[in-house]
Amino acid sequence: MGKLIATVIRRDLLLAYRRRADVLTTLFFFVIVVSLFPLGVGPEMKTLRLIAPGVVWVAALLASMLSLQRLFAADYQDGTLEQMLLAPQPLAAIVLGKIVAHWMVSGLPLALMAPLLGLQFNLPPAALGVLFLALLLGTPVLSLIGAIGAALTLGLRGGGVLLSLLVLPLYIPALIFGAGAVEAYVVGVSPEGHLSLLGALLIFSGLAAPWVTALALRIAME
Amino acid sequence: MNWGSWSNFFTMGGRGFYVWGAYLITLACIIAELGMLARHKRTLRTRLTQMLRLSKQG
Amino acid sequence: MTINIFKFSSPATFYPLAGKLIPWFYGLAAILTVIGLYISFFVAPTDATQGEVYRIIFIHVPAAWMSMFIYLLMAGWAGLGLILNTRLSSMMAHALAPTGAMFTFVALITGAFWGKPAWGTWWDWDARMTSELILLFLYIGYMSLTAAIDDVRRADKAGAILALVGAVNVPIIYFSVKWWNTLHQGASVSLTRAPSMAETMLLGMLIMALAAWMYAIAAALSRVRLIMLEREKSSAWVQALLEQKP
Repeated sequence: MGKLIATVIRRDLLLAYRRRADVLTTLFFFVIVVSLFPLGVGPEMKTLRLIAPGVVWVAALLASMLSLQRLFAADYQDGTLEQMLLAPQPLAAIVLGKIVAHWMVSGLPLALMAPLLGLQFNLPPAALGVLFLALLLGTPVLSLIGAIGAALTLGLRGGGVLLSLLVLPLYIPALIFGAGAVEAYVVGVSPEGHLSLLGALLIFSGLAAPWVTALALRIAME
Repeated sequence: MNWGSWSNFFTMGGRGFYVWGAYLITLACIIAELGMLARHKRTLRTRLTQMLRLSKQG
Repeated sequence: MTINIFKFSSPATFYPLAGKLIPWFYGLAAILTVIGLYISFFVAPTDATQGEVYRIIFIHVPAAWMSMFIYLLMAGWAGLGLILNTRLSSMMAHALAPTGAMFTFVALITGAFWGKPAWGTWWDWDARMTSELILLFLYIGYMSLTAAIDDVRRADKAGAILALVGAVNVPIIYFSVKWWNTLHQGASVSLTRAPSMAETMLLGMLIMALAAWMYAIAAALSRVRLIMLEREKSSAWVQALLEQKP
C-alpha cells in the first residue's frame, strides 16, 4: 500500500508541477492577506506582535481552503476519479496520497513562508520557529479536513463558497491550538501543550479523514 | 413571588427592556417558524393539486 | 400488545400518524409553556445578585439545551438513513435542522440580552456562547449543503456525512474553545454564569425545556409531512390524498 500511496503522490505532484501557477497563486494569496492586516490595523509594532499568530493562521486557513477545490476537480472532470473509484486498490489510500501531495504543494509552502511574514510582524526569532512547527503540524490537518469538504461539494454549483462554509467551523480547533502555541511562547509559556494537542488532531484526522473522504466521494459520484 | 404591583412586573427592576426584549424575540422566532411552515404547506398543496389536475387532463 | 414499528417507517403510513400526533404535541407544548412561564415569573424568587434580569435563563437555557439535543438527533437520524438506507430517517434529519437552527439563534440572542445588563457587554466570547455560535454555523452548513444538491439521494447521504462529522467535532470544538477562553481570560471561569439555583429556578428551566421539546417534535413532524408530500408526490397515496382534500 505504501507503494500505491507513493505512486499517487508522485502523479499528483507531477500534475501540480505542470500547473505551477496555481500553486504559486495560493502562496501569493497568503502573503497578500497577511500584509493586509497591518494596513487595516496600523503599523504599531506592539499591536502587530500581538495579532501576528492569529493573522498568519487565519491567512493560512483561507489560502488552504481556496486551494482545496483543486484536490478532486481535475480528476473529476477528466474521468480519472471515476476510474479511481472502480479500481481494486483501497480508495482511502488513493485519497491519502492525493491529500499528501496537496499538502506538499499548498500547506508546506505556507509553513515555510510563514517565518518570513512573522518577521514583518516583529515576532522574536524563536517564536518564528514555533510558528513554523505549528503550521507544519496544522496545515496537514487543514488538508485532511478540507478533503472531506471537497468531496462532499464535488461538482456542485457555488462549490467554493459552500466548501468554505462547511469547512471553516471544523478548522477552528486547529486554529486555536496552532495560533495559541505561538502566543503561549511569546508570553513565556511552553507551547508544548498546544503542539501536542495539534499533533493529536493530526493523528486523529490522518486516521479518519481519508476514509470519510472516500465515502463522501462514492456518494458524490454514484 | 410577590411582585407588589403590575408596574414592578413590567419594569423588572429596571431591566424590563432586556427581559421582555428577550421573550418577545423568542416569541417572534416561534411565530416566524410556524408562519413559514403554514405558508410552505399552502404553496405545496396548491402546486401539487395543480400538477395533479394537469396530469389528468394531459 | 406488540407494535410493529417498521409499519410506520414508510411515508405512506407515517404521514397520517404524524398528522394525528401533531396537535397533541403542540397542545402539550402550549400547556407546559404556560406552566413554565408561571413558575418563571410568579414562583421563582428574585435573585440576590442579578435581580430580575436572570429570568431570561428560562428561555436561554432550554433553547441552548434543545439546540444541542436537536443537532445530535439530526445527526442520528441522518446516520440511520445513511446506514439503513431508509428514506424517512433522512427526511426526519432535514425536518429537524431548521428548528434546531432556530433554537440556536434564540439561545444566542437571549444570551446577548442577558449578558448586556448582567455583565456589561452584549457579547463576550465566552466558551459556551462561542461554541453555540459555531453550532449555528454547523446547522447552516448542513442546510446549505443539502439545499445545493439536486439529487435527493446524494443530498441525504452527503448531509449525513456532514452532520456526523459535525457531531464528532462538537466536543473537540467545545474543548478547544474552552481552552482558548480560559487561557485568554486567565482565571478559570466557572461553567455556569447562572445564579446559584433555587429549586424553583431549576424547575422552571426543566419545564420550559420540556415545552421546547414538545414544540420541536410538533414542528419537525409538520415539516417532515411537507417533505414527504414533496418527495413522494408522484406516488399513489399522495395523489389519493390530494384528491380527497381539494
